[in-house]
Amino acid sequence: MSDYIGKSVKRVEDYRFITGRGTYTDDIVLRGMTHAWIVRSPYAHARIRSINTEAACSQPGVVAVFVGQDIVDDGVNPIPTGWQIGADMKEPPHHTLAVDKVRHVGDGVAVIIAETRQAAQDAAEHLEVDYDPLPAVVDMEEALSDGASLVHEGAPNNLSFTWELGDKDAAAAALAGAHHVTTYELVNQRLIPNAIEPRSAIGHHNAATDELTLYTSSQNPHLIRLLLCAFVTGLPEHKVRVISPDVGGGFGSKIFHYPEEVLCAWAARKTGRPVKWTAERSESFVTDAQGRDHVTKARMAFDAAGKITGLLVETTANMGAYLSTFAGGIPTWLYGTLLAGQYTTPAIYVRTLGVFTNTVPVDALRGAGRPEATYLLERMLDIAAGELDRDPAALRRANFVQPDQFPYTTPVVLQYDSGDYEAALDKALQMAGYEDLRRMQTEARAEGRLVGIGFSTYIEACGIAPSAVAGAIGARAGLYDSGMIRVHPTGKVQVYTGVHSHGQGHETTFAQLVAHHLQIPMEDVELVHGDTSQIPFGMGTYGSRSLAVGGSAIYKAVEKVLDKARKIAAHKLEAAEEDLEYAGGQFTVAGTDRSVGFGDIALTAYVPHDYPIDELEPGLEFNAFYDPKNFTFPFGAHISVVEVDPDTGEVEILRYVAVDDVGEVINPMIVDGQVHGGIAHGIGQALMEDAVYDEDGQLLSGSFMDYTLPRAADLPLFEVDRTVTPCPHNPLGAKGAGETGTIAATPCIVNAVCDAVGARDIAMPLTPERVWRAIQSAGS
Amino acid sequence: MIPSAFQYVRASSVDDALARLAGSADAAVLAGGHSLIPAMKLRLNDPSVLVDISRLDELRGISVSGSSLVVGALTTHRSVETSPDVKARCRVLSDVAAGIGDPQVRNLGTIGGSLAHADPAADYPAIVLALDATIAVRGPAGSRNIKATDFFRGLFETALESGELITEVAFPVMGPGEGASYAKFANPASKYAVVGVAAWVALDDQGACTDARVGVTGATSQPHRARDVEARLRGARLDGASIAAAAEGFASADSMLSDLGGSSEYRAHLCSVMARRAIAAAAADASS
Repeated sequence: MSDYIGKSVKRVEDYRFITGRGTYTDDIVLRGMTHAWIVRSPYAHARIRSINTEAACSQPGVVAVFVGQDIVDDGVNPIPTGWQIGADMKEPPHHTLAVDKVRHVGDGVAVIIAETRQAAQDAAEHLEVDYDPLPAVVDMEEALSDGASLVHEGAPNNLSFTWELGDKDAAAAALAGAHHVTTYELVNQRLIPNAIEPRSAIGHHNAATDELTLYTSSQNPHLIRLLLCAFVTGLPEHKVRVISPDVGGGFGSKIFHYPEEVLCAWAARKTGRPVKWTAERSESFVTDAQGRDHVTKARMAFDAAGKITGLLVETTANMGAYLSTFAGGIPTWLYGTLLAGQYTTPAIYVRTLGVFTNTVPVDALRGAGRPEATYLLERMLDIAAGELDRDPAALRRANFVQPDQFPYTTPVVLQYDSGDYEAALDKALQMAGYEDLRRMQTEARAEGRLVGIGFSTYIEACGIAPSAVAGAIGARAGLYDSGMIRVHPTGKVQVYTGVHSHGQGHETTFAQLVAHHLQIPMEDVELVHGDTSQIPFGMGTYGSRSLAVGGSAIYKAVEKVLDKARKIAAHKLEAAEEDLEYAGGQFTVAGTDRSVGFGDIALTAYVPHDYPIDELEPGLEFNAFYDPKNFTFPFGAHISVVEVDPDTGEVEILRYVAVDDVGEVINPMIVDGQVHGGIAHGIGQALMEDAVYDEDGQLLSGSFMDYTLPRAADLPLFEVDRTVTPCPHNPLGAKGAGETGTIAATPCIVNAVCDAVGARDIAMPLTPERVWRAIQSAGS
Repeated sequence: MIPSAFQYVRASSVDDALARLAGSADAAVLAGGHSLIPAMKLRLNDPSVLVDISRLDELRGISVSGSSLVVGALTTHRSVETSPDVKARCRVLSDVAAGIGDPQVRNLGTIGGSLAHADPAADYPAIVLALDATIAVRGPAGSRNIKATDFFRGLFETALESGELITEVAFPVMGPGEGASYAKFANPASKYAVVGVAAWVALDDQGACTDARVGVTGATSQPHRARDVEARLRGARLDGASIAAAAEGFASADSMLSDLGGSSEYRAHLCSVMARRAIAAAAADASS
């Protein structure tokens, strides 16, 4: 009845989503609600000479028009970034609406608040902004050059920070003494997150209680409240409630504190009316924080046996126009620390420059730094295998950290807690039928067909922890989470979690977890998330932390509930606690038929007529905070097989084999779904997705007519399986699963295409034209 | 995604529609609306009056008249795709319709709307050219027929005069020894044609090509016939080598469009590849 761990229970939230009964922010209609339309800059870089709001104000239905200075004059502070990278980091102000100048196409300039969305949009056409266009910097090399136009006057050479990690001398010595050095220069292109639900926010001020409610499509409601209150508006935290209702995807883009949240909260107080803003899809393209965007030079040293002896990496990372909430942490601590991968590289050095440009801010996007690190490593391993005439699987195997080496401390500060990399690779090779594949490839080539095989053996570090480490590396937040169990008198249970589900299926997985351990039916468990007035505190969902951190907090609360329940049972059964066994939802005195059920205990806790009232408080409700001892370290091995059309350069993925190790699994179907989605996302970067700006900073791929997302028809049937190496330091043995596919798939596919056409490298995305050109070069 | 305010009128007949169009300087015709409405929502197109012809059944339907297959202007892509008459008499047209957009687009988009809009990357223009179709229009000055080769005039420009409506498109029914096919390289994002080539060939008893027409879309600002290729095909026995030779290098990169979907050089190359594929499939169709 209650054996739920490891079961592919159908997702309980799907009924409301599939039948259109979800409640997203834009579905919420409040009495007297107004609608905001934001006038956005058409220029990537321009001084605002003047804004004339007069004509817009007099349009029908207009309630108010505000410009950036109005908000500053009202005492609203700029939006801070949440990650300090070095003492010298330049952190120029990011105002709710631009004040002096605009810094990217889509930067907000003014807001029209009107009775209807159409009235607001119509009035916006009457707002007059006098811009003085300035030269835009888009290319990072150009941005860093002397004399370049400055995005922020306070950031010379457009440099926000320089960051380094590892032992430069040791890495340089390894390169100097190497048997072979593989060099690689790459662009990890910019991506647009494209959550299916555009961002939305509603500010609502209750004048009677002076309480402000902000509804927002956020992955992270408590952090939004903290930033909004403590840094931006100064509003008292206990008078502000942030609700993230159903949220349609995020991929990281909804972690951050955005100007529109401040705007709706501030304007609701200012106008005395609820204010709603919902992004148009075109706005999402130019306002949702984007991802990746690195230019990197790397050198990897090998000894004669094919062992990696050193790695030296220099990366320039585009921050866009402002530092978004986690921006600085992504191309540094979430990137450089991953550069050991699964390998025993003894000397690693990485340096990252964070650069401002006149483009949309860049921040965490599914994987966030770890895909960039893995792409670099896994491409270099394949390139090196070619240069050293080694089989790419064998070269990887020769460099794996071995099972008896854990815990293993890398030269880039992580301590891997566990792993068995050969087991995953062996399973993937077996599933793929590797020897047959190579034979098939040889035969295909003899027929003039371009068939390639790609590998990716990756590691991920997720659930950033513990808080003390997060603080030491500059995160301005703790990274624990909370879980609260409220058992009602009838034995029904509500679970309150500080993490947030926006597609991950927490309502199912966490209900399984709680029902399993309380040994009650899953239907008796309901998950509550996304409301700061209901949940004690939380750090939201990102970085594959929900189960490992939030789930562990819930587990701790379950233990507290069971502990008290046992005391109540002992009283009721007149037995010693240690003589009680708990099974099937019943406490039984060992060796007897005397028992009491969980429901009776719950009722007793709330109707304490016969109760050890001197020793126990009534009620059955516990909260727990959990601060993990370490990250969790999922890993795996992916193998892909592709065929390239020699005439057009089109890539067809023939097979995709994925073996992931995410530790103990509660719901295999949900994990498979996460892996499938992650692989699709990774394939999107490899072959299709590209945020293309022209030299004036205009986003050319600003709609789905030009920005290619992977579709079902572009993807093969994924062949997925797992190895299970439990996380040794959390009570669930669980690791993250939401990003593994994204991290692994991108280099896996690029490796396969390069193998197919005999190219050393092809720049991502590997569009048909780029692949066709690579074929032309290879053939000439 | 809210358009500017506009007037909406539903035409009761073709005559009524023509009168309404004549009465407004910047009226737009609403058929399937799959190009017009998105442009209005983005406020790129701002007509003061929308004349809705979508309920005019007289403009809808597929019939066979003598040696012509006649497709009404309001016939949806889906109707063309699934019509037994089209499949039996002009299968290539069904194949082209099946490759337009997605099911939602095909269920609302119309052949007349697509041709009148003249998107340079639309699919229908290539096959209309290759099959030498005739486009019937009505306007204030009465009815007239426009040959496909005279219809397309440039980027979103056609031979339609102000106030004219397409009423139907007539395709010659495919005869014995004739075959046709369409090969499309789709933009991975939009699924519009980066390059689409439609080929029609007629073979004699000996398998020699007596006539050929090749229509090209997507490659340039205006759909057009590839006359050089057609000339090379005529009189040739169509095999792999002769088809490749006919299709090779006919498109000049100088005249090609260039965008994120493909550079002009790549488009010129794709023209040859798609022409080769379309002609080979058309020849196979003719021989079957």
